[in-house]
Amino acid sequence: MAGALNVLAVQLLRRRGTFTLDVAFQAPSPGLVALFGPSGCGKTTTIELIAGLLRPDAGHIALGSDTLFDAAQGIEVPSEQRRIGCVFQDARLFPHLSVRSNLCYGFKRARHLARYVGFDEVVELLGLAALLGRHPRALSGGERQRVALGRALLAQPRLLLLDEPLASLDLARREELLPYLERLRDRLSIPMVYVSHQFEEVLRLATHLVVMRAGHVLAQGEVASLTRSPELRSMVGPETLGAVLEGVIAAVDGHTGLARLRVGEGELLVQAQERTAGERVRVQLLARDLILAIEPPRGLSVRNALAGHICAITTEADTTRLVEIDVGGAIVLAQVTEAAAVDLKLARGRAVWVLVKAVSLRGHVYAFASPREAPSGAAPPR
Amino acid sequence: MALTEADWQALHLSVSVALRSVLASLPVALGLAWLLARRRFPGRTLFDAFVHLPLVLPPVLVGYLLLLLFGLNGAFGAFLLRVFGIRLVFTRNGAALATAVMTLPIMVRAMRISLEAVDRGLEDAARTLGAGPFDRFCTITLPLMLPGVLAGVVTAFAAGLGEFGAVITFASNIPGETQTLPLALYTALQTPGGESAAARLALMSFALGLAALAGAELLARGMRRWLGR
Repeated sequence: MAGALNVLAVQLLRRRGTFTLDVAFQAPSPGLVALFGPSGCGKTTTIELIAGLLRPDAGHIALGSDTLFDAAQGIEVPSEQRRIGCVFQDARLFPHLSVRSNLCYGFKRARHLARYVGFDEVVELLGLAALLGRHPRALSGGERQRVALGRALLAQPRLLLLDEPLASLDLARREELLPYLERLRDRLSIPMVYVSHQFEEVLRLATHLVVMRAGHVLAQGEVASLTRSPELRSMVGPETLGAVLEGVIAAVDGHTGLARLRVGEGELLVQAQERTAGERVRVQLLARDLILAIEPPRGLSVRNALAGHICAITTEADTTRLVEIDVGGAIVLAQVTEAAAVDLKLARGRAVWVLVKAVSLRGHVYAFASPREAPSGAAPPR
Repeated sequence: MALTEADWQALHLSVSVALRSVLASLPVALGLAWLLARRRFPGRTLFDAFVHLPLVLPPVLVGYLLLLLFGLNGAFGAFLLRVFGIRLVFTRNGAALATAVMTLPIMVRAMRISLEAVDRGLEDAARTLGAGPFDRFCTITLPLMLPGVLAGVVTAFAAGLGEFGAVITFASNIPGETQTLPLALYTALQTPGGESAAARLALMSFALGLAALAGAELLARGMRRWLGR
């Protein structure tokens, strides 16, 4: 793997007033780690500490074999020498420079480095050709963020930090920018750290997840394995609660618009005609969309009936139960009322069928490249 | 009403002294603005007040203090004469020094306000793009505070054209050397039958001041358009 040595390892401590930030995590390379948590939990501070814009009270930051900060050894590489690209929430384009000059700002200063991305390549990748002669004030929010992304990339970073780049955009602009971020994640062989408090963004972009709250890391790991963790559950809220499965599209029926998705040993029919066979995708099964049956269902419009057995039941609120079902290797979550759980005598080990409407999965299928299978792309020299 | 040789000389001298004073105080004002806007140090408030003192002290007192410091027997004056052979007192450069001290607060104030308005986030962005401190200042901070710098320079220049008390105290009133427009005007008023000379000099002062201020406004407007604000 080209960028394997550029793994980011951080361990940070910073106290300001009553707030203590105490985090430790690793960002694999290539890959995209999402720092996920509510506003004010210290995500942006973490980013600024890694970039060198703030100084930790104690801790260690290493990128591959390079130590960028070590309080004990008294090492502190200045921000301008760290080669860490930053994309800020507010883009921060230089207002007195054209788009082209903004893009070239870091590019020129990287002239003594072995450049791994070229100007034309970035312009093409982010669709910037039409914007080059414009001034930042004449750009839309989405365009600004694209330019900021390009500017950061052209500085030939060894690590890319993205601080809620979509937060200041409306829904349409987000949708416009997301595919570019997905492309970057799949084409670059550098680690990326992405700050977000939107779980959907995390599902679309992240390979790994660091869940934060009040300055601390609650849980970290691969996205699919973490979506069942109680720490994350408590944070995403009942509307977005659900299991995330990763699989490969086996076939797409252009006529019906249904795609067959192989997940573990089973198969799911999903409404996702924009996907292509062989594509790796992530699908979120919302807990409140799932229906449980204790007999093989017949005569229903539901397209998916996955056989499995209950591996855990937890009390969510007074009247709802959260049921974890093992459907052949993958585990899904279903929300049922207490009354239903009692009627069906749901209990650990019981065989059930999980019913999922193919329609309910529309919009919950996300293209996703596994870090292990990331295509060879631009990689920084070590 | 034709201008006499002496009128032209006073005009030329005024412009020359004001230009020299602006050139001399520009780097000092930039440094002071930076200190006051960006640095936290003990005694900052007192230092701030000290920089602004010329605004409230009688100009004659400033001239007198300059005489004490830069006169031939003053600490700096003796040093400059001995080491560099430079004499400031009763010279054009001395007039420029007096003017510079008087207009420094105006310049510092304009620069400081514009520096405080520069978004530090942009400097941080430049940092992550590989720009060191001096590089950042020249390519981001300075261009963004340029409207303030220019406003400060032009206002200080315009004010410098009319500096009287400090100049006459420190540099005296020597025709062709330190007799600027206001000094020539004062002299004309003190001379019997100097009314027409005084009127000419007054009109010239008016025109010069107006031109400088209008020029400043136009410059600022162009600058704002360039910066997209």
